Amino acid sequence: MWKAFVRWFHRMASPPHFYAAATRWTPWFFWSALIVIAICAYGGLVLAPADYQQGDGFRIIYAHVPSAWMSLFIYVNMAIAAAIGLIWRIKLAHAVAASCAPIGASFTFLALATGSIWGKPMWGTWWVWDARLTSELILLFLYIGYMALRSAMEEPSRADRASAVLAIVGVVNVPIIHYSVVWWNTLHQGPTVSKIGEPSITWEMLWPMLGMMVGFMLFFGAILLTRVRAEVLARERNAKWIEEVAVS
Amino acid sequence: MENVGIFTAAARLVERDLKVIFRHVSEAFNPLVFFVVVATLFPLATSPDAALLRDMAPGVVWVAALLSSTLALDSLFKADMDDGTMEQLALSPQPLAWLLLAKIVTHWVVSGLPLVLIAPLVARGFFLPTEAILPMMAALALGTPTLSLIGAVGAALTAGVRRGGALLSLLVLPLSLPTMIFGARATDLAGLGEDPSGPLYLLAALLFLTLSLAPLAAAAAIRISLD
Repeated sequence: MWKAFVRWFHRMASPPHFYAAATRWTPWFFWSALIVIAICAYGGLVLAPADYQQGDGFRIIYAHVPSAWMSLFIYVNMAIAAAIGLIWRIKLAHAVAASCAPIGASFTFLALATGSIWGKPMWGTWWVWDARLTSELILLFLYIGYMALRSAMEEPSRADRASAVLAIVGVVNVPIIHYSVVWWNTLHQGPTVSKIGEPSITWEMLWPMLGMMVGFMLFFGAILLTRVRAEVLARERNAKWIEEVAVS
Repeated sequence: MENVGIFTAAARLVERDLKVIFRHVSEAFNPLVFFVVVATLFPLATSPDAALLRDMAPGVVWVAALLSSTLALDSLFKADMDDGTMEQLALSPQPLAWLLLAKIVTHWVVSGLPLVLIAPLVARGFFLPTEAILPMMAALALGTPTLSLIGAVGAALTAGVRRGGALLSLLVLPLSLPTMIFGARATDLAGLGEDPSGPLYLLAALLFLTLSLAPLAAAAAIRISLD
């Protein structure tokens, strides 16, 4: 079993093999994401009852919570891919890490945007220096820094390894930043009212959210595969196998 | 070739770095002057009201310290990268992380330690109570080396990049936030007459964490920049 996995892993590290597999998988990820998101959007926006305090306004959490979750998940994913690339010198892992960054930054931005749209009617302002909002903003800065470092280096292999070191340093720092911000916040203005994740959430409200998370993961898979394919094409543009792929 | 131990090697590197720095002694004082100038900007940009300034004092001192330490980072590895010294360090039998640590310590002594010493003057200018001065210096003494260590990783990553100044700040500032939060918090608590030991312990923990990990990351980054 383990041996089979290792063999599969090594085959996946070869760009032509990965490219072919990714081409096959992308539609599966894409269509299942579309179906799951459509079902859960119906469940969340129509079937779930309105919140007794927040009315229909709470429904934005079906986009907000999965985005916030994805923003962290993708960062960790990026750091793991970067570490694999750095340790075993697998170029494809670097391509995955590079492709993760813009997707993760977009999800972070989406989480921030939906958060402040939700905050306007609920808290009365577009922005509060809430611990979660602030650490999400800092996460966005980390993504931007990673992408800026990549684009500052002209040589791809150096950009890969330098940005990998940064991603690993960043992932060590993310929990420290998060807890320092939480601590700063609780001391400065007292716990902010936040109703997300209260145990009182009913099953009709909960399942669309969990489903949305699955849907967002599948969507991330589809986008990631597409981006990595583009990245592989760009990196291997002088390789022979590209000709066969491009012709077919 | 003469075979030297790691302590001798580090001592010689410190000696050599100090010599290089004191050849251009006016440059060495730039971060310090920058620190004072940035602090001076705040009352001018807000108001000379004593109560307001007293509330802002910890934040101003720490933001100015963070900016000044980031500014100073640019010179940390750049000259050695350009003239090939860094290549020699990487080729030497001593571990590169250790040698970089020696460089970072020297850098802190020249650019961080003066901030700790001048900070009381700035804090008094912001009407910070006298009993808060010592905790503030303790926080700065624990925090500024952490800033130099984290910054060294960023400086090592951008050492091979042309015009890396703004990029360096973009990389380093988000990673330095916890240090700044705890440092300002310790000063704040002391100013309110409370016990600042909690954030000070956390600052010490951060210092030891970065002291053990940052040189390794910086060494990895330098090797990448050297290829």
